[in-house]
Amino acid sequence: MAGDLLSARNPLCVELDAIPEYVAEGFSAAVSSALEKGTRLIGLFGYPKKTGKTGVIAALALDSEGIIKLCRLAPSPSYPSLTVRHPGAHSLERSLYESWRVEPEGHPWLKPLRKIDLEVPPPGDASFYRVEGEEIHEVAVGPVHAGIIEPGHFRFQCHGENVFHLEIRLGYQHRGALGFLLGDISPRWAAVAESITGDTAVGGATAHALCLEALCGVEASPRAEAIRAVALELERIAYHVGDLGALGNDVGFLPTAQYNGRIRGDFLNCLMTISGNRHGRGLVRPGGVLFNVDSKAAAELRKRIETHHREARRSIDLLLDAPSVMARFDGTGRVSAEDARAIGLVGLAARASGLTLDVRTDHPAGASRFRQIPVSVGAHGDVHARALVRSLEMDRSAEFVMETLGALPEGPLEIPCGPLRPDSFALALVEAWRGELVHAKITDNLGKVVAADVVDPSVHNWFGLALCLRGQAISDFPLCNKSFNLAYAGHDL
Amino acid sequence: MLRILRTRLSLGHRTAPLPKPGEQPVAEGFRGLPVLSPGRCFEGCRACEEACPVSAIRCGEGGPRLDLGTCLFCPECERACPNGCIGFSREHRLAATRREDLVIGPGSGPPPVKPLEGELKSLFSRSLKLRQVSAGGCNGCEAELIVTGTLVFDFPRFGVQFVASPRHADALVVTGPVSKNMLVALEKSYAALPPPKLVIACGACAIGGGPFRGSPEAHDGVGSILPVDLWIPGCPPHPWTIVDGILRLMGVLEGSNG
Repeated sequence: MAGDLLSARNPLCVELDAIPEYVAEGFSAAVSSALEKGTRLIGLFGYPKKTGKTGVIAALALDSEGIIKLCRLAPSPSYPSLTVRHPGAHSLERSLYESWRVEPEGHPWLKPLRKIDLEVPPPGDASFYRVEGEEIHEVAVGPVHAGIIEPGHFRFQCHGENVFHLEIRLGYQHRGALGFLLGDISPRWAAVAESITGDTAVGGATAHALCLEALCGVEASPRAEAIRAVALELERIAYHVGDLGALGNDVGFLPTAQYNGRIRGDFLNCLMTISGNRHGRGLVRPGGVLFNVDSKAAAELRKRIETHHREARRSIDLLLDAPSVMARFDGTGRVSAEDARAIGLVGLAARASGLTLDVRTDHPAGASRFRQIPVSVGAHGDVHARALVRSLEMDRSAEFVMETLGALPEGPLEIPCGPLRPDSFALALVEAWRGELVHAKITDNLGKVVAADVVDPSVHNWFGLALCLRGQAISDFPLCNKSFNLAYAGHDL
Repeated sequence: MLRILRTRLSLGHRTAPLPKPGEQPVAEGFRGLPVLSPGRCFEGCRACEEACPVSAIRCGEGGPRLDLGTCLFCPECERACPNGCIGFSREHRLAATRREDLVIGPGSGPPPVKPLEGELKSLFSRSLKLRQVSAGGCNGCEAELIVTGTLVFDFPRFGVQFVASPRHADALVVTGPVSKNMLVALEKSYAALPPPKLVIACGACAIGGGPFRGSPEAHDGVGSILPVDLWIPGCPPHPWTIVDGILRLMGVLEGSNG
């Protein structure tokens, strides 16, 4: 039947040939029709076929039913662009074109996403969207910024203080990470997965592990899954606490900035107690986890987390109750729910705009299948909402961690993984602290990985930052930027 | 205001004192300086080499040798060794002024840091302004560098501060393997520092490429691009490792090991 898609659940592994394949127009029509029925595009994955040609897999999430739908594009140099009708596809199509040379015909802004040496000149000289007019001026910032922050280039079209348009040019952090995830199973894979977005080491390692486990047909034990989930939520709490402090810093509210800088470290030190590394590196591996949390350690961690959480709550309440802070947060950097849906925002930025979107609830894997975390949703999509969602999520994650550590299930820490299923496509979704993190792998007939992809939540969300600056004063950029706090390296890979 | 003061009182004073000689400020379980045991390797056993994701360890005559500059401080080698020849201590002092001193063998202690001398010492020992450039860094090292300025480590009490412009800086702190796309920006940033100037390579990527070693899109670290004065190993380095390395370079802490 025309327009049929294959349905599966997170984490999934399917035979390549089981995924329906369409020629160019048919592919766009099938994806487009699914998008109109309420799915979200979560990835476009290119892969080399035996014939030497390039195939493409589209993955769409039907969040209300916890289903992921798949279809393929038969080898073709181009297909009608999805972006024209579904703006949320714009960066995924640019990425596909850049990496695999499959052209989305009619894409309105087909610039390189990460590689700087393609058609356009290096940043600074690149052709940016430009507003013309006598009183219009342009502000160019970056790649090197004033603080300890990753590099990116921001080009503002301004009328006085007012921003008409912001274009964000990334790619400076491109390290060719995906190239290290190919071939046979290697101990390097997990190290690279932890370093693609280094502030999301647990999230990255978990998505990699789930994807590889699906590809091997194994599942980690309930105990290993619970320890992973505890680490993932500790990572979320630490970064939410840190971001709330940084938001305080950006509006000159220093008490919370100072306290949260320290309390964030307290939560990272809890990760260190579990894994020997403040960022939880070396903990999550395909097949399970490398470190146990015994009952004594769990009891001690619970005591510490209770104290740290109480202190964080006091510090964050100071921030959220301060009228001077609210005057700056309220109404700044708004993204409406309609815009958020149209551009495909994910994670906490989407929830702040009122979308009930959370992988932990919509596509649960591992421990979140058994112990649900309520979804925290904001209303207005402004800086205030993004702060509030962080604050709510901190409480709910802390509650989850306390409960999980109080009753860790039994099971072996590690289960051997391998060999990889041949001619298959595997995909895993994890709700990392910024949002939906996707890992995908495709194998050939010998069971070697021939294509690997990672979609960091920032790939979707950078455009949200650009959009929220429209009609905003340029001096509000640092605050808006901090309220998203997106990944550069994770985007650039 | 009263509420802010009350919260201030309840959260207390948290700035940590500098660790005394021989003191280990990081809690148990931390994977710091690796400890290699001599003479217990089976002949022909290459378990640790095979387990290491980045080939940081080599077996040979006299036991294994490990390059702290390449090492990601992951637990793989320790787990792979059938004879318990490799373990991790809580030792946080890992920085070195010479790249070759980062290669350790059985019985090695923390690598030496040669304190600044002469004009550099008189200029920088009480005030060192740093400019950070992330050149393909994953935000792990960057996060830990930010932490050195929080009230726990309070780097500014030693005159060490991160500044906004390279023109105000005495030293460039580089993170990341130096992605191709950041090379020009890094070189321009370095050129903008007024002389005399220092370069600090922070983290496994900046030292040798880290997990991205060998990538055609990056340069395997900053060593082949700029003259490095201090190497700080780790993935990412613990804030105490960063503080210790820089303070030993400034001569605030004892430079040699032990």
